[in-house]
Amino acid sequence: MRARSLLSALAVLLLLWALAARLVNLPLLPDPWTVALTLVSETFYGGLPLHFLASLWRVTDGTLLSILLAAPAGLALGQYRRVNQFFSPLIYILYPIPKVVFVPIVFLFLGIGDLAKIVIIFLILFFQVLVLVRDQAASLRPELIQSVRSLGAGRRALFWFVYIPASLPGVFTALRQSIGTAVAVLYITELFATQQGLGYYIYLNGSTLMNYPAMYAGVVAMSLLGLGLYFSVDLLERWLTPWAAQQHVSDL
Amino acid sequence: MITFDAVSYAYPRSAPVFEDFSWQVRRGERWAVIGPSGCGKSTLLSLLAGLFFPTRGQVCIDGQPLTRPRPRSGLIIQEFGLLPWATVRQNAALGQRIRQFYGPDGTHAPAALLPGEGDVDAWLQRLGLSALAKRYPAQLSGGQRQRTALARTLALRPDLLLMDEPFSALDAPTRESLQALSLDLCTEQDLTLVVVTHAIEEAAALGEKILLLPHPPNHEGVLFDNPGARQKTYRETAEYQSVCRQLRQALGVE
Repeated sequence: MRARSLLSALAVLLLLWALAARLVNLPLLPDPWTVALTLVSETFYGGLPLHFLASLWRVTDGTLLSILLAAPAGLALGQYRRVNQFFSPLIYILYPIPKVVFVPIVFLFLGIGDLAKIVIIFLILFFQVLVLVRDQAASLRPELIQSVRSLGAGRRALFWFVYIPASLPGVFTALRQSIGTAVAVLYITELFATQQGLGYYIYLNGSTLMNYPAMYAGVVAMSLLGLGLYFSVDLLERWLTPWAAQQHVSDL
Repeated sequence: MITFDAVSYAYPRSAPVFEDFSWQVRRGERWAVIGPSGCGKSTLLSLLAGLFFPTRGQVCIDGQPLTRPRPRSGLIIQEFGLLPWATVRQNAALGQRIRQFYGPDGTHAPAALLPGEGDVDAWLQRLGLSALAKRYPAQLSGGQRQRTALARTLALRPDLLLMDEPFSALDAPTRESLQALSLDLCTEQDLTLVVVTHAIEEAAALGEKILLLPHPPNHEGVLFDNPGARQKTYRETAEYQSVCRQLRQALGVE
C-alpha cells in the first residue's frame, strides 16, 4: 500500500464529509475543519490526551496479556498432541462465542475499574491468538526440531530460535483480525461507569454536554487509535516476520 | 571412534529394533547403512546423533557415552531441516548463533572455539550459495536446500558427519553431484561419514564399508567391504556393479 494512495483516499473521505456537512447544515454534523480545530484545542487545552491514553493503555495491556498467555499455551497445544486432545473440545465450544456477551458478567465479578475492561479485551484476543499459534505450532515438523537440536540447541535455544519465530506469524494474524473488534468492544465498556477513556469522552460530549464538535473530535481520536494500532501491528509484522509479510500484501 | 556396545532399542509398546547390537566405526571411515524401510537404519542414526538413547547398552563416541547431541557431530536429514522463516545466510549461521547463545560450555558447544569455526560466508561461497544468501528455503531447489544444510553443518567444524537419506528427494543429476561433493568435503575436512540410505547405488557409491540391516530385531548387521568407493570414477567400474549386485541379492531385490 502506497502512502500516496492512502492520502488520496483520506482526502476523498474528508471531502465527502465536508459535502455532507454543507448539505445537512445542522449542529449535529459539523464540518471537518471545525472538528479539526476542536481536536487541536481539546488536545492542548482539554482532557482529550488523557482519555486517549486511558483507552490506549487498556487496549495495549489487554493485548499484551493475551499474547503472553495465549502464545505459550498455543505452542504447548500444538506440540503436545495429548494436551490438545484434552483441550480442543473446550476451545471448540468457547472460540465462536462472541466475547462481548461476557461484558456484563466480567463487570459483575471484577467491578467497573480498569481490570474489567482489560480482561474483556484479553478475552477477545486470547482465543484468536491461541488457535492461530496452536495451528502454526502443530505444523512445525519433528524433523526440524531434531535437526536444530543436533546443532546443540537445548530447551532455551529451541525456544528462541524455533518456537518464538514459529509463533510470531500466528500472533500477528490474530492481532490484525481482532484488534478492530477489541477497540470496538473497548468503546462499549467505556460507556459504563468510568470517567476516563475515549468511549466516556464521546458519550459525555454527545449526550450530556451536547458539544458536537468535541464529540466528533472524540470519534476521530478513537478512529486514530484503531488505525494506529492496526498500522503498528502491520509495521511490527513486516519488521519481525519478513518471510511472511509477502503473503499479506493483497489482504488489505 | 564410534562404538555400539550391546545396544538394545525398542520404541514404546513395540518389538525391539536392536537387540545386543554391537558395531564399530574407526575415525576417517566412510560408512553407508542400508536396509528396507522399517529396518532400523534411521533409528541407528538417531542413536548416533544423541537424539535417541538405548534401552540397554551404550553408544560411545571417542569413548564418551552419548547423553545428548554431541557438538562435533553434524546431522543432515532428508528434508525440512532448515528454518522456513530464515534466509540461506541465517540458516547457515544458525549453529553458530546457538553456540554463541550458550557460549563454549562443552555440552551445547565445544569447550573451546575451533579453528576456522563460524566462517559462514566462506562456506556459502564454497558451496555456491553466495548469490542465494538472502533467499528463503521455500524459494530454493532441493539441491540448494541440502547445500545450505551442508554449509550450516560444516561451519561448525564437525569431525563426524551423519546423513539420513540426504539426497533421496533430489533428481538424479543433482543427487550425483551432491554425492560427489559430500565425498570431496569428507576428504578435505577429515570427516568420518555415516550415511543412511535405502538406495543400493548410493550405498555402493558412498560407503567404503556398508552395513546392511535386514530386518528387526537386529543383532548384527551384514558387513560389506567396498574400498573402491574412494575412487572418483568408481561408478563406471565392474567392481561397483558387483557390489551393487551383492547388495541386491542380500536385500532380496532380485
